[in-house]
Amino acid sequence: MMNFRPGSRPPDREARESEKQSPRGTAPGIRGGSGAPGGSASTQGSGGHGDPAEAAAPAVRAQDLSVVRGPRTVLRTLDFTVPRGQITGLLGPSGCGKSTLMRAVVGTQAKVTGTLDVLGRPAGHPALRTRIGYVTQAPSVYDDLTVRQNLDYFAAILDPGRAAADRRHENVTRAIADVDLTTHADALAGNLSGGQRSRVSLAVALLGTPELLVLDEPTVGLDPVLRRDLWNLFHDIAETRGATLLISSHVMDEAERCHRLLLMREGGILADATPDALLTRTGADTVEAAFLHLVDAATQTAREKESTR
Amino acid sequence: MSTQTSPTPSAASPATAPPAPAGGLNVSRTTATAARVLRQLRHDPRTIALLMLVPCLMLFLLRYVFDGSPRTFDNIGASLLGIFPLITMFLVTSIATLRERTSGTLERLLAMPLGKGDLIAGYALAFGALAIVQSALATALAVWFLDLDVTGSPWLLLLVALLDALLGTALGLFVSAFAASEFQAVQFMPAVIFPQLLLCGLFAARDTMHPALEAVSDVLPMSYAVDGMNEVLRHTEMTATFVRDVLIVAGCALLVLFLGAATLRRRTP
Repeated sequence: MMNFRPGSRPPDREARESEKQSPRGTAPGIRGGSGAPGGSASTQGSGGHGDPAEAAAPAVRAQDLSVVRGPRTVLRTLDFTVPRGQITGLLGPSGCGKSTLMRAVVGTQAKVTGTLDVLGRPAGHPALRTRIGYVTQAPSVYDDLTVRQNLDYFAAILDPGRAAADRRHENVTRAIADVDLTTHADALAGNLSGGQRSRVSLAVALLGTPELLVLDEPTVGLDPVLRRDLWNLFHDIAETRGATLLISSHVMDEAERCHRLLLMREGGILADATPDALLTRTGADTVEAAFLHLVDAATQTAREKESTR
Repeated sequence: MSTQTSPTPSAASPATAPPAPAGGLNVSRTTATAARVLRQLRHDPRTIALLMLVPCLMLFLLRYVFDGSPRTFDNIGASLLGIFPLITMFLVTSIATLRERTSGTLERLLAMPLGKGDLIAGYALAFGALAIVQSALATALAVWFLDLDVTGSPWLLLLVALLDALLGTALGLFVSAFAASEFQAVQFMPAVIFPQLLLCGLFAARDTMHPALEAVSDVLPMSYAVDGMNEVLRHTEMTATFVRDVLIVAGCALLVLFLGAATLRRRTP
């Protein structure tokens, strides 16, 4: 169904199977575990060390990151890193600050304090604008243009000029194929179904081969087959293009498809670990159970602190 | 823009400066934006028909409303040739840019290497082109079929109409920043346009108004648009007043376009 063309991409990821043991769409227990994932090891704020792929600096590094929206502090002094070349899942209930965090990384969020480095530059740096692909939660495309016209326009912004016309055409065709909309290329975006429109939005982010893809709930409301296909696409992008993906979801079962997880709740980071390490640490069977375990533990600690006061 | 994301030592050597989005316009991105705006309109033939035909219909009506007094039609008709493009472009632009803001495409574009000037200029170019066609139709109808008695060159009427359209586009872009919904955007039309309409000299000569209102009308750009039209109506040559009027309208349009660009924020709360 999906069209992968690994041959046309830089073959810089030869060792991908050995280094990442592709969790694509299978049962949990993907990661054999780097080192002994003893339950005692603190996962909080660990910078993805121990991964052989981590020679380069992390794709995203946050220190003391806070975001204020109106009267509310939406993100509270976060510290985390997103390793390069992997899929990091950003999971948490609605309203916990996932989208705000993503907007901060992309550089569209105002009132960000602390340190936030993206691909070696401060978030929002103009040089990053061609290197990051960003998909907002609601599909942001022009409803009164066809799929191809939408992509043509955004491609012309990313890679302007008449000289680049052929390259643009190729890119657009590939992006449409990537999201499996080739048969709908000439349909108006406004006439497509919700899932199809969100795939148009995703295709825009895939233009121009970004190094970092920030995807805000890209699989919400899609049928299981499509969801599986998209996750396969994400893994393909990470492996053959060496791109970093930061993908948010409030559906916990998608966690098992990620290399790393950032669990969020109420503007804070609850855990930063591989899915396996998380399960081992909490002794839970599923990421959802692990999340609940962590929430309960956090509430417990907070209560104890209060009562000792 | 004004965030305090503190740059870290590891980051940002100014030597590898990005393709500057701030100052200069990027011609290909601007024309791509203009082409996109026009392409969007092409999928909406009803809007195009309304844009083109409504001014003509109004002029036609007006001609026969003043069937007994052709002099009055000359005065009002010429003024309206300048006012129509301003109003229609104001409406279309304010709604179009509001949609861009609310649909998330603006956020997406500003996260891409698109300069704010490119976007604004793209819009101005697209709607300016539309305004040329609209004004040409209306002017041709008025001059050739409705016997609008113009002393000067119809080309000058067209020039003023085009500048008015640009002014409308600029005002629409600017105002859309303050509208949170289509309802509000539409209400800005009476708020921004109607006072100018009342004070521009269409209903009463500006020097016969209460001095306070005359002073206000002196600083409203539409007054000069109507003045310019009337200069063409009465004089065969380009008068100094005409040149002044044209420069003022063009200057206002540019100024408001800059203000409009300043309302675009890459970072939003």
